[in-house]
Amino acid sequence: MRKYTPKDDVQAKAYYTDRYYVAPQVPKQEVESDEVFAADLAAIKAKFDVKEAFIQVEQMIVYINASDIYGVLELMKDKLTYTQLSELSAIDWLAKDNTFEIFYQMLSMTKRKRIRIKFFINNGEAVDSVEKLFRSADWSEREMFDMFGIEANAHPFMKRILMPYDWQGYPLLKTYPLEGDEFAAWYEVDKIYGKEAREAIGPEIRDTARVDRYDSERFARLGFEVPKGTEITGNEERNVEDYQEDGGVFLIKKYSKKTSTIVDDPQR
Amino acid sequence: MAQIKNRLTPFFENITFDREDNELILNFGPQHPSAHGQLRLMLHLQQEQIVKSHPDIGYLHRGMEKMAENMIYNEFMPTTDRMDYIASSSNNYGFALAVEKLIDVEVPRRAKVIRMMLLEINRLMSHLFWLATTALDIGAMTVFLFAFREREYLMDIIEGYCGARLTHAAIRIGGVPLDIQDDFLHQLRVFLNKLPQNIKDYEDLLDANRIWLMRMEEVGVIPTEMALSWGCTGPMLRASGVAWDIRKEEPYELYDEVEFNVPFSDKGDNFARYRIYMEEMRESAKILYQTIDMYEKCVKNGETELMAHAPKYISAPKLDLMTQNYSLMQHFVLVTQGMRPPVGEVYVATESPKGELGFFINSQGGPYPYRLKLRAPSFWHTGILTDLLPGHYIPDVVSIIGTTNIVFGEVDR
Repeated sequence: MRKYTPKDDVQAKAYYTDRYYVAPQVPKQEVESDEVFAADLAAIKAKFDVKEAFIQVEQMIVYINASDIYGVLELMKDKLTYTQLSELSAIDWLAKDNTFEIFYQMLSMTKRKRIRIKFFINNGEAVDSVEKLFRSADWSEREMFDMFGIEANAHPFMKRILMPYDWQGYPLLKTYPLEGDEFAAWYEVDKIYGKEAREAIGPEIRDTARVDRYDSERFARLGFEVPKGTEITGNEERNVEDYQEDGGVFLIKKYSKKTSTIVDDPQR
Repeated sequence: MAQIKNRLTPFFENITFDREDNELILNFGPQHPSAHGQLRLMLHLQQEQIVKSHPDIGYLHRGMEKMAENMIYNEFMPTTDRMDYIASSSNNYGFALAVEKLIDVEVPRRAKVIRMMLLEINRLMSHLFWLATTALDIGAMTVFLFAFREREYLMDIIEGYCGARLTHAAIRIGGVPLDIQDDFLHQLRVFLNKLPQNIKDYEDLLDANRIWLMRMEEVGVIPTEMALSWGCTGPMLRASGVAWDIRKEEPYELYDEVEFNVPFSDKGDNFARYRIYMEEMRESAKILYQTIDMYEKCVKNGETELMAHAPKYISAPKLDLMTQNYSLMQHFVLVTQGMRPPVGEVYVATESPKGELGFFINSQGGPYPYRLKLRAPSFWHTGILTDLLPGHYIPDVVSIIGTTNIVFGEVDR
């Protein structure tokens, strides 16, 4: 039977996992164990629906509804002194339940605390832009769109940021292969020469260690040098060049490659 | 091979003349000597004044986050070098610390001291490089040569430690691979003893230099709100009146044991940023002197361990691998299959020379990170050019890009 390869997640997988292996968990603490976080959570809870909240590795993680994000961040910025949005991106859970998990990494410099606000959206849904609150979200949301195809409502300039504007596909999706898809492989050729030139130009060489002994265009053929572009048959004569210092070298006789033989048989 | 005709048509994108509003669009980059990498700025100009700026990035995008999802944790370490390649050990360290928090291991003290030395040497290297290139952009060739000379000494010290000058990969998850070489401390002391004079030389050349002051003072003013809103960190934020240094506020390693100040300014202009870089070099030197003492104390106390002891995640020391069968088995599994951190996530921010370098890792218990997000400070320091440049003149663009200290390895990742 052919080996099953899932199409919805083509990223690298562990090739062996013990049948009885149960992955341990990074410990979670109750929010009540930290006074500052507890007060912040209470302030958020007073106005918005909080699904889950806990502390993991010294930071509080709060799950909210997708529609509340602007309000929650506004509250955190204005009332709770979380004045910086350090980071914003998504996690692809499409293979599991067709959702994206969006996270907003917040920093309060007066409290010296970091909170991660999270929510889930379904595939194809958009998030509300928080660019009005934090200008840093301008570029983060563009990057999220570029990498996952998640649009931000009311964003002033929802265009790709890292990939070219005319790119197809979203590189950080789990369905996108590491080495790129068909479109990526032929992007330059299609754009510069047109699709019909694919055959003449050939696929991009991705093996960085490739050496083609019959290619006189790109490779020096040491010992078998020919003018550039010559058709190689494989029957070229070896170019032998002898070299000897003027006046000879002490104790060394003139060495001639032509007359010398290489001993292959160690037993002789 | 036959010549294939291409479809590229001549396109004069550099200049657009519009009779209506007389606005000129200038394409600054992507190949521009003072763009410090592959930055393309589309500048809308009224005469010489910028009315709109649109930074375009992505020319150095290598998809590191994607690569990280397809590499085991230790395998990704050399890739982090290629982010901020001016101070690559800080990237190594940020990643190592994030994974250490995830797997919850404590690094031995001696390794911590060595790491701090490497980090501060990297900070000095980065700041010297910043000073050299920015001064060169402004036209101060001598400062460039001076600062590169000092940076060369530091690169030699680093090369003696890890064999590489630019891409160090000098830090491992769980510690450091090697002890410092015999003459490391001596070389470092020699360098540090000379550094105050060197910094004074730069300042003598620049501080009262009329051209330097005209290009720097009152140019590129970033108000505090703007800096916070744009996610600025590091010297960019400290020059705008927020004394926030992660080494001080959320201390990692042994930064709570060393004494240093956090220079900051409320001016927010280019000159304030320049002053902060200079002061930070002095503070780094101060920290390095203290780490030398800490290292010598470690040696005296007989603390020899360099890697944390956590057989589930980290290979045993070489001696054990050569003598203990079980250690060798563990090592084999860790190298071929990789460590499997617990299920969970972590976001760890460290103070890299450019600002807050954050690693967000979501682990699902497999040998590959399920999601790894790199929060590189330069990304936002480039973004702020959108709002910062309008109102300035073309020569200011060069000095503003200079003082933002952006490195495109980490902007595009």
